[in-house]
Amino acid sequence: MLDFPRWKKIWLWSLIVVVSLASLPSLASLSGQHWPDSLPDPAVNLGLDLAGGSHILLEADASQIAAQRLETMEESVRTVLRQAEPAIRIGDVSTQNNRLSFMVESAADVDRAREAVLPLVNGTGLTREWSLSVVDETRFVLTPTQQGLADALDQAMDSAKDVIDRRINAIGTLEPTIIRQGDTRIVVQAPGQQDPEALKALIGQTAKLEFKLVDLNALPSDIQAGIAPPGSQIYPYADGSANAGQAVAVRRLGGIKGDNLVGAQQGFDPRDNSPVVNIQFDQQGAAKFARLTTQNVNKPFAIILDDKVLSAPNINEPIRGGTAQISGGFTVESANQLAIALRSGALPVDLKVIEERTVGPDLGADSIRRGLVALGVGTVLILLLMIVTYGRFGLYANAALILNVLMILGIMAVMNATLTLPGLAGFVLTIGAAVDANVLINERIREERRRGRKVLAAVETGYKEASRAIYDANITNVIAATLLFLFGQGPVKGFAVVLVIGVATSMFTAVTITRMWFAGWLRRTRPADLHI
Amino acid sequence: MKLLKLVPDNTNIHFLKWRMPFFVVSGLLIAASWALVIVNGLNLGVDFVGGQMIRVTFVGQNDAPVSEMRREIAGLGYGDPIIQRFGQPNEASIRMKLPEGSDRQPDLANTMAERITGALKAAHPGIRIDGVDSVSGKVSGELFQTGLMSLLFAMIAISIYIWVRFEWQFGVGALFALFHDVSLTLGMFAITGLEFDLNIVAAILTIIGYSLNDTIVVYDRIRENLKKYRKMPLPELLDLSVNETLARTVMTSLTLLIALIPLLFFGPASLFGMAAAITLGIFIGTYSSIYMAAPLLIWFGVKSDSFVPAADVPDKAERIARGEA
Repeated sequence: MLDFPRWKKIWLWSLIVVVSLASLPSLASLSGQHWPDSLPDPAVNLGLDLAGGSHILLEADASQIAAQRLETMEESVRTVLRQAEPAIRIGDVSTQNNRLSFMVESAADVDRAREAVLPLVNGTGLTREWSLSVVDETRFVLTPTQQGLADALDQAMDSAKDVIDRRINAIGTLEPTIIRQGDTRIVVQAPGQQDPEALKALIGQTAKLEFKLVDLNALPSDIQAGIAPPGSQIYPYADGSANAGQAVAVRRLGGIKGDNLVGAQQGFDPRDNSPVVNIQFDQQGAAKFARLTTQNVNKPFAIILDDKVLSAPNINEPIRGGTAQISGGFTVESANQLAIALRSGALPVDLKVIEERTVGPDLGADSIRRGLVALGVGTVLILLLMIVTYGRFGLYANAALILNVLMILGIMAVMNATLTLPGLAGFVLTIGAAVDANVLINERIREERRRGRKVLAAVETGYKEASRAIYDANITNVIAATLLFLFGQGPVKGFAVVLVIGVATSMFTAVTITRMWFAGWLRRTRPADLHI
Repeated sequence: MKLLKLVPDNTNIHFLKWRMPFFVVSGLLIAASWALVIVNGLNLGVDFVGGQMIRVTFVGQNDAPVSEMRREIAGLGYGDPIIQRFGQPNEASIRMKLPEGSDRQPDLANTMAERITGALKAAHPGIRIDGVDSVSGKVSGELFQTGLMSLLFAMIAISIYIWVRFEWQFGVGALFALFHDVSLTLGMFAITGLEFDLNIVAAILTIIGYSLNDTIVVYDRIRENLKKYRKMPLPELLDLSVNETLARTVMTSLTLLIALIPLLFFGPASLFGMAAAITLGIFIGTYSSIYMAAPLLIWFGVKSDSFVPAADVPDKAERIARGEA
């Protein structure tokens, strides 16, 4: 029990030195000192509550993805049937109840229609994305499969994450963390972001740009009442645009989307110097745009951003160059944001902010200062109490305690863990618990001496008997901390991390290390009595 | 140098003589705590009910103009805010309920935060917005659920561990003691109206951990004495065990307290509730180990030969402690 062979001592000391060294960069960063660039710097990360920053939790609406897929499928079905030789006429198209159904007008065409539609249904992947059934001889019903929907949602979320990543990088935010959470959520954490509103405006904007033809047959009174003619849809004008408060009816199909862009910049309208966004289509987009504008000269088309109409200008002449100018009551800032958002691509699905936590950097710095003061005062008081109570053995416990703090910091730094405000409280508690181990041991040694055991036997029994309770108590603490880690959110997780690491290191420092020092002292001095 | 002894050697206090009265008191305290929780309710923070908490500092001023802020925010039409001092006198926290219909349209909550901070910045040029927590009803519901689950699972998992390491009576005794600690902590939050947020769940789990620390130390000694004094009546044996560990109990509680009290007085404002809960938890946890966890063993009828067969085989803990495993 009290034998420490040389190899074991060397091993323990090197562990102490290495892990303590690993804590130095973190200590420097916590106390605001400069750490030399030439040295390795595995410093512990500061959580948003200490460093300041924004935490934004976004959620996508899964039903929107389903609706979009239906719409795309409808367009594809219409296209393949129109392009069949001869064209297959269909009617009574409906996308109600999350499925697409239509009737083939002539029963003779049913087999040809099925052959044409089948490749769309099977999709490109291994799994079937849609199931096709024909009822009442001529009615086709296409229902998305669960797997197909789940895959589509998964892809949409992945690309939404990429889009957010590009947007945030475009405004030069430092080290943002963007991670998917669950099926429909994305967490964005940006340390030190000074203006969370701008960040939110940027990532919250779907930036779905569409060009659709205005339905000139719609009666103004119907639009007012929200009744769209068949095949059309009513969109409101955007706030701040010239016709804000009004609405316009546009043809549902046949428009083009703004996802074939190669560039978007904020600029100014040469006529009145109002802020605008200039966009450039890629080759494919330019061709589509040219076709749309050529076929519809002298008709108005609506420029729609995120389901709001920015403007509905008249097409005076075909636009073939692949560039366009979007105006609609922008400020320079909002035009700039839209340009960034368009350049980064549209979000495939609307994302809504369902949780936001922002901490100003001043408050964070204040929290660190106060937390460190409390930690310092508490530690000094404990050190004093231990020396007053256990003398030399209190000193051993104290040295172990300081090592313990350094080791926790060092391990956290190497693990790249995050220190949060509740994590600081975790340090305070770990210190208390580490001391408890030494209290248990020292009290037990006192007790054994009172019962008349010899010095060596008392120390040996003290460590042995106390270790059992220390072990059990620490295991239960690890159980509590693990559950805290599994169920806890954000900063609370940081608390659990400190507790778990602290339990492990305190077993090492408070039991093994103090025993090594104790044993060394006993061997050197061979005392007849213990002053404990 | 004379060393400090907080507890004299060889104390012989008959703790368990008073077990019935204290048991009744504990029962009443638990009942009172739950009654308070039900009648008063907990002052649940935005983490658990959703809504917004905005923290502001009036830089260079002595006091936060609470009544002015209340008027300005009420003027926005979102209802009356709850404004509390938070930390220093020139710091305040503003809490708002979620606006109508925000369960379907989470964006409404964010618009509200923007309008409030905008109005405050316009009216008070020296204001510093320190933090905005905006939690939608959906997220807060989940946080509440996971918080509750972590408490329940922790209590059950720990009790099972003790059952495995000791005997079933010890596991059940520990579970009762933990239930006592959690109930009284909740009671304190109901009576003081301190804000109950995610940090407090962490605090309660910590209390569970450390109350158990105490219980285990006492149980461990009981187990040891059960092997040693096989003829001793159980109440006497429990008293002996509690007395033998008393010095350690007092010393450890004291060290934890002196670590926590600076946190209470000098620590960051947002940790105050957490530090207060854990400080109280140290008292009730120590008490429950002696007056809940130990006497329950008498009622559950622990036999003095429960641990005899294993007596000669060093268990895993001992081997690890010796560095053999």
